[in-house]
Amino acid sequence: MANKLTLITKGFIKDNPTFSLVLGMCPTLATTTSAMNGLEMGLATLFVLVLSNMAISAIAPIVPDKVHIPVYIVVIATFVTVLQLLMQAYVPAIYSTLGLFIPLIVVNCIVLGRAEAFANKNSVIDSALDGLGIGIGFTLSLTVIGLIREILGSGAAFGFKFIPGDGILAFVMAPGAFLVLGYLMVLFNKFLKK
Amino acid sequence: MAAKSNLLNMVLCLFGVCLVCAAILGAVYVVTEDPILQASKKALEESIGKVLPQGGELGEAIESDGYLYYESVADGSVAAYAVKSTVIGFGGPLTLMVGVLPDGTVYNTSVLSHSETPGLGAKCTSDAGFMSQWKGFNGKLAVRKDGGDVDAITASTITSRAYTLAVSNAVEFVRSIASAADDSESEDEIVVAQAMENMEE
Repeated sequence: MANKLTLITKGFIKDNPTFSLVLGMCPTLATTTSAMNGLEMGLATLFVLVLSNMAISAIAPIVPDKVHIPVYIVVIATFVTVLQLLMQAYVPAIYSTLGLFIPLIVVNCIVLGRAEAFANKNSVIDSALDGLGIGIGFTLSLTVIGLIREILGSGAAFGFKFIPGDGILAFVMAPGAFLVLGYLMVLFNKFLKK
Repeated sequence: MAAKSNLLNMVLCLFGVCLVCAAILGAVYVVTEDPILQASKKALEESIGKVLPQGGELGEAIESDGYLYYESVADGSVAAYAVKSTVIGFGGPLTLMVGVLPDGTVYNTSVLSHSETPGLGAKCTSDAGFMSQWKGFNGKLAVRKDGGDVDAITASTITSRAYTLAVSNAVEFVRSIASAADDSESEDEIVVAQAMENMEE
C-alpha cells in the first residue's frame, strides 16, 4: 500500500515534471499568466495523462515494437480530442482561455514521456497512479508559477485583486515566465530535492 | 514488453487502434455536438443582446461584404445593427460584436473572442473605464495617442488600437449599408411618384 502511495507522491517532488524532469515546458511557460490558467491547464493535462497511461499500459503487450510510437500518439490524441470536445461543450469559458494549448497536450512530452518511461512496462492500476501523481505535480507547479506571475504582474491572486495598480507588467509577458520558472527551479533543487 | 514486429501484426495493430479511437471520437462527437452548438449560440445571443437597444426584433444573420451582421427591427424600420467585426490584435484575432445605430453612433460593444495578453490587453473584456466609454460613443474613432477620442487601456495601446479599428470598421460598414438602404427607399419613392403621375394621366 505504501508502495502505491509513493507512486503518486513521487510526482510531487522527486519526479516533478516541471522542476525535476523539466518536461512540458511549452504549456508551462505559455499558460501560466495567472494562477487560474495554470490550474486549468494542469487539470486538463492530468485528465489526459491518467487516461492515456491506463490505455497504453493495457495495450502495450500486444503493440509491436516498431509501431509503438504512432500507436501511443493516436491514443493520446484521441483522449485530447475527447477532452477538447467535452470542454467546448460544457465549460466554453475555460476552453476559450486555454484554446490552442488544449490540442497541444498531444505533443506534451510529459504524456508521451510517461507512456514510454512507465506505462508500457507497468500494470494498469500502477500506471493510473503514476499519471495521477505526475499530473498533480504538474498542476501544482503550474499553479505556483501562475500565482507568482499573477501576484507580481497584476497584483491579484486567482483573479482576486488585492494590490491596486498594474503591477510589474513584465511578469505577465513571456520574460516573466522564464524568470519565475528559473528562480523556482533553483529554489526547488536547493531545498526540496535531495 | 512489446511484441516482436512483423508486417501483419503492425498493420493489424495500427488498424485496430485507429478503429477503436475513431469509434470513441465519433461517439463523443455525437454526444457533444448539440451542447457545443448551444454554448456557442448562447454566447452569440448574449453578446448581441448586450450591444443592441432593448425591444427590437432580432432578424436572422445576414452576410455581406465579409461581415456577418444582425438587424434589430423596431416600428417597421431598422433600429440598430449588430456587426461581427474581426481584426488582428496583439496576440491574434480579436473578434467583437459591435452594436451600431443607423446614424453611425456606436450603441455598445462586446468581445466575442480574443487572444490578448492576460493582465494587459485582455483587460479589454474587464476594464470598466475602457468598456463603458463605448456606450453611445460618437467621437473620433482613434486612441488619444493618435489624436482620437478613445481612452486606451494602460500599457495596451496595440490592443486598444485594434479594438478601435474593429469598431470603426463596423461603423463604416453600417454607414455603407444604411446609405444603400436609403438609396433604395428613395428609388421606391420615385417609382411610386411616377405611378401616381401615370394614374393622373
